[in-house]
Amino acid sequence: MTIEKVLEFIDVVIVYDNFPAVAGATFSVNAGEIVLLQGANGAGKTTLLRACAGLLPIARGSANVLGCDLRLDRLAVRSRVGLLGHANGLFQDLTVLENMLFWSRLVGATRNDVDQAMDAMGLSGRLSQTQVAKLSAGQRRRCALASLIVRRAQLWLLDEPHAGLDAQGRDELDRTLRAARDAGATVIFASHEIERASALATRSLVVASGTVKPA
Amino acid sequence: MLSQSAPKFSSTGTQATRIVGVLTIVVMTWVVISGLVFTPADVVQGESVRIMYVHVPSAWIAYLAFIVTAITSAFYIFAKRHSLGFDRVAGASAEVGVMFMVITLVTGSLWGRLTWGEFWQWDPRLTTTAFLLVTYIGYLAVRRLDGSIEQRARRSAVIALLAVLEIPLVHFSVVFWRSLHQRATILDPNGDVKMDGLMLFTLFSGVVGFTLVFVWLILHRQRTMLLSDLANQSGLDAAILARQNENVSN
Amino acid sequence: MKKTAIKTAKRRVASAVFIKDLRIEARSRVVTNQVLPFAGLIMVMFAFALDNDDVLQRVAGGLIWLATIFSLFIIVQRSFAIDTSDSALDSLRVAGIDLSAVFLGKAIALSLQLIALDIVLIAAAFLLYQVQVSVIGLVLLVTCVACATTGLGFVGTLYGGLTAGTNGRETLLPLLLLPVVAPVLIAATRATEAAFGSGGAAISEGWAWVGLLAIFAAVFGVGGSLAFGPLIDE
Repeated sequence: MTIEKVLEFIDVVIVYDNFPAVAGATFSVNAGEIVLLQGANGAGKTTLLRACAGLLPIARGSANVLGCDLRLDRLAVRSRVGLLGHANGLFQDLTVLENMLFWSRLVGATRNDVDQAMDAMGLSGRLSQTQVAKLSAGQRRRCALASLIVRRAQLWLLDEPHAGLDAQGRDELDRTLRAARDAGATVIFASHEIERASALATRSLVVASGTVKPA
Repeated sequence: MLSQSAPKFSSTGTQATRIVGVLTIVVMTWVVISGLVFTPADVVQGESVRIMYVHVPSAWIAYLAFIVTAITSAFYIFAKRHSLGFDRVAGASAEVGVMFMVITLVTGSLWGRLTWGEFWQWDPRLTTTAFLLVTYIGYLAVRRLDGSIEQRARRSAVIALLAVLEIPLVHFSVVFWRSLHQRATILDPNGDVKMDGLMLFTLFSGVVGFTLVFVWLILHRQRTMLLSDLANQSGLDAAILARQNENVSN
Repeated sequence: MKKTAIKTAKRRVASAVFIKDLRIEARSRVVTNQVLPFAGLIMVMFAFALDNDDVLQRVAGGLIWLATIFSLFIIVQRSFAIDTSDSALDSLRVAGIDLSAVFLGKAIALSLQLIALDIVLIAAAFLLYQVQVSVIGLVLLVTCVACATTGLGFVGTLYGGLTAGTNGRETLLPLLLLPVVAPVLIAATRATEAAFGSGGAAISEGWAWVGLLAIFAAVFGVGGSLAFGPLIDE
């Protein structure tokens, strides 16, 4: 089987509020990889992840994600990637289950998919009936990840996914990401905690001053 | 996209704008002299009829400006290549249009005070014009929302097209509203003026002169917009270099 | 074949968004506990300001719809605060969800909340302003409320989406919305006055205004579904 390129960025510049947060980034990611983006705050990790999700216009360079040219069409790629940023994208007044069912209705997933996703993230049982507002930070993060599973994203873009998780939550997250990889997903995630993240990642990239270098 | 090269011109003037500018001065000088001196006062309205030479052309320009905004916005949205040139003309035209709409309303109410004895009548034309003004002030506010240049262009183009839907509804509802609450005292704004040849010609010159002003302003304004967009863009190369070489201290 | 699939997907998304918005309102009760009392208070304040039973009876229709439009700004902002507080709107965009379906779901939920609001306002007009209505007048009134709230739901969602998450949205939203809703204010007021028979208005006069409200709702229903996506996308 030939190795399939899921993502290829060449000399990509992304301008946000007149500031080139990403200033000439070149890197590519193959299917089935778990890629760690390491770098200091303000290095451009978040902007890079948002651009991969087709959320930000590419000012210069060429960007290809899952076969879509982001310079021409940033919409086509969106239903196939899952981005989890600093916010969780959850509705605080709804329960965990209601949040999951909302997403499953949007994407046409079954109740079975929802149950599986919640099981995988340890959200079944009493927790599923709890309002998101009453959850801990780690539980919310798990809930957000479960929604990515429900959405069957092919490329997972995670910004600091370990932040705010307890030891058990981190182990669960690592397991889930590996399981998602085994199920055919590709993962790109940003993290400060190099040690733990390196163990999970199959490859590391360093983001600094808006550019990307191999670790 | 903008061209990558730095702007080569140091002013927004060109041969074309200078010709338009000279023509404008000639025509407007004629309108001022003829409007104030050569033309006679109206039998009924007296000297106040002279406001017409400003009021009618500026109303014409105001509506023309918004038609230009609507058409260029439609071009921006529907053309295959989303050219930012259309967006700049749309924005420039709306700015100039708002200015002329204010002139229209001010001269209109001054004339109304002299003729009707009131600054304001709930006349459908007046009311629609006022709503149009507020709508396009909103349009200009939307242009100032933060975001990328493309985002600004897309948002404002959509708003301009929505205004095209909105204005007929406003006009129709106001006409309909007034028809049910008829006030006999309303004068038709131009109905009582018996215009001789010179008056008509002066009015016509006014329309031509104001149109020239409009064209001149649009040409310059869209070029200043281009310059400011280019300034952001040409700063980009330096900014990218600075970004790549910045020291990561933390 | 593919067309029907898109259609069912659209309906599914719209209904999911609709149910989500109403469920969150049922649980948080922001509109019920804050906007309804606010609108009721406006009606009481009008009574203080005008202080004349005949005048109040005459202008009741206008006051109901003014109060509705003032409340609309608050409800619209609440409706989008739900989606922006934890960046759920971002998630919807990232997930490539059909935004015109999101628009329809949110607009219909908004219209339903406006209907609830108008029932309270009309009841207040009966109690405070002593207006009266015949059976045929009631039919006119119900149709008028249905058409007006649908139109307001559409424009409210459209411009609310544009201003959601921007700086100065509290002031920008009224600036953009007020001129647009002017036809609704005029038409709904006249139709309501006709239903109440205020100032000797005949009921038959009201139906033409309801027609205008229906046109407004149709125009912004179609225009809004087309424009919503491009407006809120980055």
